[in-house]
Amino acid sequence: MAIGYDVLDLDLEAEAERICQAIRRGVSHDLKRRGVIVALSGGIDSSCVAALCARALGPKHVHGLHMPEKDSSDDTLGLSRSVSDTFGFDSTVEIITPILEGLRCYERRDDAIRMVFPEFGPGWKSKIVLPGLLDAGSYNVYSVVVQTPAGEILKQRLPPKAYLQIVAATNFKQRTRKMLEYYHADRLHFAVTGTPNRLEYDQGFFVKNGDGAADIKPIAHLYKSQVYAMARHLGVPEAICNRAPTTDTYSLAQGQDEFYFSLPYRPMDLCLWAKNHGVAAAEVAGALELTAEQVERVYRDIDQKRATTRYMHLAPVLCGEVDEIH
Amino acid sequence: MALIPTDVERDVTAFIVENFLFGSAADAPAPATSFMETGLIDSTGILELVAWLESTYGIAVADDQLVPENLDSVANIAAFVVRTKGG
Repeated sequence: MAIGYDVLDLDLEAEAERICQAIRRGVSHDLKRRGVIVALSGGIDSSCVAALCARALGPKHVHGLHMPEKDSSDDTLGLSRSVSDTFGFDSTVEIITPILEGLRCYERRDDAIRMVFPEFGPGWKSKIVLPGLLDAGSYNVYSVVVQTPAGEILKQRLPPKAYLQIVAATNFKQRTRKMLEYYHADRLHFAVTGTPNRLEYDQGFFVKNGDGAADIKPIAHLYKSQVYAMARHLGVPEAICNRAPTTDTYSLAQGQDEFYFSLPYRPMDLCLWAKNHGVAAAEVAGALELTAEQVERVYRDIDQKRATTRYMHLAPVLCGEVDEIH
Repeated sequence: MALIPTDVERDVTAFIVENFLFGSAADAPAPATSFMETGLIDSTGILELVAWLESTYGIAVADDQLVPENLDSVANIAAFVVRTKGG
């Protein structure tokens, strides 16, 4: 039987209330904290989590953090502030550029890019991208895309040393933000929220001990389409609900689909839902306007990313039993 | 001198054992074992493997050659290298 996008429809009010109950119980009973920290990126996920937490706990028990850096979009701070203003909770601006400079984040990243483009320097912009999943049966091998000061776009596959160093340097951003989130959590006796949606949580679109670290993850079970619907239901500002997902991490604009998922989020959601529910590729291909073979390729990619992601969800490996700790 | 597929298989296996298995030869993959199906080598591992193939055999692997048919097993790699070198 063919399926369509309606399988992702939710009773939004009932689900919002269920999540709010879980947040109240989780923060008070399990975590024993007085409120939550939400890092606001100006994107749909963190905005939705902020709206849910403000509803669940009351705005006095939510503290927002705005943490842009020099590669963030110009509109990031305005968008994230619109969330704390809309839901009426206090927030703090922490510009993380000086910390990242102290860590030599940008310098280490640019050194790695120069392994591929030796002339890369001031005035150039960059991002890393995956091949289009549907174009070829290729591996998930990243390329770096640079824009010269004259506006010329160049692209080159990354050798392993350069790729790993770019990722390692860029991960300073998410880990620096998480360090500040725990600073504010400790000073307020609050818990830290994580804001992954289901696609991100399942497929590993987060940095271990960076944005992947959190005490509570209120929307990790929601597909991204459902997060958009929930955000609208809760009154998240229109400008955020209408914004395309971006990583806001690299100096060249970068969609999440070219960075990680290789399909836009709506068809990716439906593929993941269908795979999770044992739906054959042919039964979902029509709604996606793809061939069954292309859907099979997406299914395989989901499995491959799950395998790669396993390490990111694992607790530390112990080499002997510690029975007292569970 | 033309490359012999079994020699390439031996060298590729040695590289895999040394770099991905910390020297545990008992866990070495059979020539036809799929890296994807067994999870032995992920996409970062493929990057490392390709860099090693390029430097060891003096070949350039194009983006459109990064496909399982060329790289998903020791036997596929050996056949690909021999074909690319014109052996």
